[in-house]
Amino acid sequence: MDRSNEAPDGGARARTGAQPSSTGRRAFLKTGLKTGLGVAGAAVAGGMAGRAGATPMTAGAEADPATLPPNVPWWNQYLGDGVAAHPYGSPSPYEAHVVRRNVEWLTATTESSVNFTPIQDLYGFVTPNGLCFERHHGGTAEVNPVDFRLMINGLVDTPKVFTIEDILRFPSVSRFHFLECAANTGMEWRGAQLNGVQYTHGMIHCVQYTGVPLRVILDQVGVKPNGTWLMAEGGDSAGMHRSVPIEKALDDAILAYAMNGEMLRPENGYPLRLVLPGWEGNMWVKWIRRIEVGDKPWHTREETSKYTDLLENGKARFFTWEMDAKSVITGPCPEKPVLHKGINQIKGLAWSGRGRIKEVHVSTDGGRNWMQARLADPVLPKCLTCFNAEFEWNGEEVLLQSRTVDETGYVQPTMQALQEVRGVNSIYHNNSIQTWLVNKTGEVENVRLG
Amino acid sequence: MSVLARTLTRGITAGVVTLALGSAAFAFELEAGKPYDLGRPATPEEIAAWDIDLRPDGADAPVGQGTAAEGEEIYMVQCASCHGEFGEGRDRYPVLFGGEDTLASHDPVKTPGSYWPYASTLFDYIHRAMPFGQAQTLTDDQTYALTAFLLYINFVVDDYDFVLSHENIGDIEMPNHDGFIPDSRPDAQPETVCMSECDVATEVVGRARIIDVTPDDDGETAAISID
Repeated sequence: MDRSNEAPDGGARARTGAQPSSTGRRAFLKTGLKTGLGVAGAAVAGGMAGRAGATPMTAGAEADPATLPPNVPWWNQYLGDGVAAHPYGSPSPYEAHVVRRNVEWLTATTESSVNFTPIQDLYGFVTPNGLCFERHHGGTAEVNPVDFRLMINGLVDTPKVFTIEDILRFPSVSRFHFLECAANTGMEWRGAQLNGVQYTHGMIHCVQYTGVPLRVILDQVGVKPNGTWLMAEGGDSAGMHRSVPIEKALDDAILAYAMNGEMLRPENGYPLRLVLPGWEGNMWVKWIRRIEVGDKPWHTREETSKYTDLLENGKARFFTWEMDAKSVITGPCPEKPVLHKGINQIKGLAWSGRGRIKEVHVSTDGGRNWMQARLADPVLPKCLTCFNAEFEWNGEEVLLQSRTVDETGYVQPTMQALQEVRGVNSIYHNNSIQTWLVNKTGEVENVRLG
Repeated sequence: MSVLARTLTRGITAGVVTLALGSAAFAFELEAGKPYDLGRPATPEEIAAWDIDLRPDGADAPVGQGTAAEGEEIYMVQCASCHGEFGEGRDRYPVLFGGEDTLASHDPVKTPGSYWPYASTLFDYIHRAMPFGQAQTLTDDQTYALTAFLLYINFVVDDYDFVLSHENIGDIEMPNHDGFIPDSRPDAQPETVCMSECDVATEVVGRARIIDVTPDDDGETAAISID
């Protein structure tokens, strides 16, 4: 299954094809891409053909000998696009498989639904803006920033209305934080269900948010002494709203207008959203139009009928805000089979809503024995942390797991431990240890151990 | 008093010292309570138009009223196409009635009658988000009527001509009112962090490939919905 890197037989230097015109080059790219994907599908062992996320780079695409040494490839000879060809750049066409995907049967409509970040194809801890998973309750609000207004009212000295221009004139902070949906891994409570890390763990993204600390804005309206709760309300067609205790607002909450150096994407709340580091993503209200200060929580639809954790005895936990420590191996994974015997790299992500990641452990035998993984700098609080480890694959079945411990001492639990406390009806806050089975062909499957 | 000063005071009295310290560290970067003379006062008309929420105790409930009988007529026109004529929920749209005594079962059905703790939440959600795609088009009276109808089909009120209003919405007691408990995490923690020869089950008892509901596979759908 190794991708060939053999030296050519003879020393003869083949001529590359005729100089491609601009359109010829595009056609070439198109054909090349199609061929690459086709070969990828065929090359991966049974059941994997056409699997979303199969990568031409790693799944056995054949190189064109005319481009290999001792030949000089055409891109090494002829002019490429000039600087104005792509005013806003896009990924290489060879990376077209790296996209958000959704699961149609999950929801009645795409406007009230979710899609998934392709974490199997990402590197480092920063998620590119166009790949950050989306969760909408009434579709994306398309807001012209000129028409944007943020109102703050309720138990305040002076209710106020701010424009986005006002918001941009406040002092700003920039912080890297993960945003995880409380339902991430929620389809896996009863058993291994979705065969891909994008689907099991992709309701997460991590970007550098820039905005105004919420407490700076609250200082402008003067919160009354009995103002102990906030209600953040979205400007979308669901008017999505959540109650937030004022302690969080005064601690590390941000009203963010930018992500990864540019203004927010529409689907992520343009032009302003709430950022509540470490807390469930549903509370990070997008297209925020209003904050009300009150003395009690509101018990909105999203914090009663949804985002409450039903236990085995029929009682449900409410206001389950923090995201507990969690980790997952993003390669190998079902989308990234093991292609080579010998040394293989394990990579993955770990995070905790309660602070920094302290350790990540990796097992190749289903959790009987563990080794310490290397954590990649920087290790930031309430932020994704990359980890790496190695294992030697000899063609036998392997059960891969990762387990993290955060700086509070919290240990990522097994699914069995979670189920003993919470049963199987919770939907939300499944941060259990994930198992990938590497079978004898190198395919990787999502499995449940028992 | 600035919010920072209040946090420090509250932090000490409420015992949330770590939060207070966090804010104090933050204050080295940004001056607490500094006025920036940005934004303008909101007018009473603006607030009245945008402040559409209400609370479980009925606080801030808009003035109005409606009966279950009136609500049924509106429901058939505005709601039944998705939620079904009987509230049974078409396709994957939410089911609006039933589900009693299912919460502790293997197949819990969460409806206003079986799960929602407050009637105010029904009014608030319908008022701000329904009908789906035509939010904030229902009047306050229509919303009271629809809420009354949903209470009626869930046996929360018995009288078809029951009048729900801003005066009594805070008094409605929902069947699952006592069904919610505070967050008690962290939980499910091991006594020690085992690193070798750990006593764990390593037999494969479930495989996602067998369940076969991953996109790009041709499979039946048999799963938990997130919405």
